[in-house]
Amino acid sequence: MKMTASEYDRLNKQVSPNSSVVKNCIFAFLIGGLICTIGEFLTNSFLHMGMLQREAAALTSVSLIFIAALLTGLNVYDNIAKFGGAGTLVPITGFSNSIVAPALEFKSEGFVLGLGAKMFIIAGPVLVYGITSSVVYGVIAFLFKLY
Amino acid sequence: METFMEYLKAFVVGGLICVVGQILIDKTKLTPARILVSFVVAGVVLGALGLYEPLVEFAGAGATVPLTGFGYLLSKGALEGVREIGLMGALTGGITAAAAGIGAAVVFGFLISLIFKPGDKS
Amino acid sequence: MPTRLGKYTLRLDNSPNIASFAAVGGKKEGEGPLADFFDILCDDTSFGEQTWEKAESRLQKDAVNKALDKAGLSPSDIQYIFAGDLLNQCTSSTYGLRDMGIPFVGLYGACSTMAESLAVSGIFVDAGAADKTVCVTSSHFCSAERQFRFPLEYGGQRTPTSQWTVTAAGGLVMTKDGEGPYVRQATIGTIEDLGIKDANNMGAAMAPAAAATLQHFFEDTGTTPESFDLIVTGDLGQVGSELLYDLMRHDGVEIQKRHTDCGLLIYPPDDKDVKAGASGCGCSASVLCSYLLNKMGNRELNDILFMATGALMSTTSVQQGESIPGVAHLVHLSNTKWQ
Repeated sequence: MKMTASEYDRLNKQVSPNSSVVKNCIFAFLIGGLICTIGEFLTNSFLHMGMLQREAAALTSVSLIFIAALLTGLNVYDNIAKFGGAGTLVPITGFSNSIVAPALEFKSEGFVLGLGAKMFIIAGPVLVYGITSSVVYGVIAFLFKLY
Repeated sequence: METFMEYLKAFVVGGLICVVGQILIDKTKLTPARILVSFVVAGVVLGALGLYEPLVEFAGAGATVPLTGFGYLLSKGALEGVREIGLMGALTGGITAAAAGIGAAVVFGFLISLIFKPGDKS
Repeated sequence: MPTRLGKYTLRLDNSPNIASFAAVGGKKEGEGPLADFFDILCDDTSFGEQTWEKAESRLQKDAVNKALDKAGLSPSDIQYIFAGDLLNQCTSSTYGLRDMGIPFVGLYGACSTMAESLAVSGIFVDAGAADKTVCVTSSHFCSAERQFRFPLEYGGQRTPTSQWTVTAAGGLVMTKDGEGPYVRQATIGTIEDLGIKDANNMGAAMAPAAAATLQHFFEDTGTTPESFDLIVTGDLGQVGSELLYDLMRHDGVEIQKRHTDCGLLIYPPDDKDVKAGASGCGCSASVLCSYLLNKMGNRELNDILFMATGALMSTTSVQQGESIPGVAHLVHLSNTKWQ
């Protein structure tokens, strides 16, 4: 008698090892926390140099994006991410990595349709949904005079 | 001591936001791209509801560096845009606020991929 | 002439002969336990080429040339080449083999391609349609990653059920007569799908196909697992192998003691990146054309069932939420020919 899909699904769940969530979470906490601490340090340094809060915050993002882009180019970021998991994915550095990695990878298909077009295969949706939801919020704020 | 507490807060809050992401990766079938999208949209919504601002004041970079902070920045920008130039500001505000990050990612992405090549993984 | 046994199996009465074989691998394969059995290993997995696709084509070309060399033949002696790979439109095969001038039969069976090419080639040779053929397949970690998953430098975590695509090619020369090993029987597999949707758990997606093909073969030939020295699957990995045992037990057949999996042989068991095992067309092809055929050559193994398994999804079908169909083709290799 043939096994049904639901019987097989049960069997698969028994046999397939689960991710070690606790260990992964500890690494994500440590590495994600560390990246944020570096961010805090950078902001403080920029403030110390006499920048306004806003400029310092923007320059912090730019610096972290640059560092992550460079580490991606040097083939290092993905090795940190093996342990870091969401700790390297969720910070702005992960956004940078998700743009640089495909740009590097698809350079072999040309500078326009490869590097240029494929740059956003992972980060594109973040911009699409992030920007759209901010515009929706802006329109709601305008209509209901929430500003 | 005060500086130490400030860094500790950034570390703990930033770390915890990442832990939420890790639990989503391990416990759901959500792909990383979907998780990033959820985080940005969550940031916009929390920002709009005024819930993210206090977290930023509390944890600084611990709240602004994760992608939820990027969403918060977008929502804050949209609101300021509307305040300054009306309806058109809804369209321009968010992107203007996030422009440094997006611009940096695109330009550094471009430059880095001109210089380097993907490494050998096997 | 091939004789049909039962519903699915062909007996190749003239016992096509495997005249020579060669395996080419990359750096990680060269650090694995089977390294000594490979003919060519390269520390640089780009093999000096500009793109990963060209590197994979190069793997195939080198495997064919080396196998021809060992048989003392040149491309012009070969009547058909049966080849395939994982990339879209099988470009590793077509670009790698385009300068050889050998009539080309392109095959796609995902990671099952090596067994598929052995079966088809065996039928050609057995039927007298050819007396010298080549079978070859390849896979490359980097070209597979960029087509099926993420860019190489993207920071992602591999799940515990995921498998590592082998950077290797295996090729062999098949002739009408010779000293063996011989291809005695072949079972072409049916497409099986028990609803697995996780592209990071391909062992689970393919195990039902492996179980079906094994059952078909045992029923058609009246043999049991004990009739063979070894049952070798292609790339079920840890998860898929466990599931295969369970599926076979469900039908009252115990194979665990006779079974091994190419995906569990090629890398050290403690490699942290490999997770559930190796995969890819080049996995079963290179393990067959290095370790297994060597062991048959020195008579440590005399009768084996070589069954490569393939997961037949595409990136599109996965994104559209379809489940993953599997297929498994089986060939019976033996040191004795039919009398």
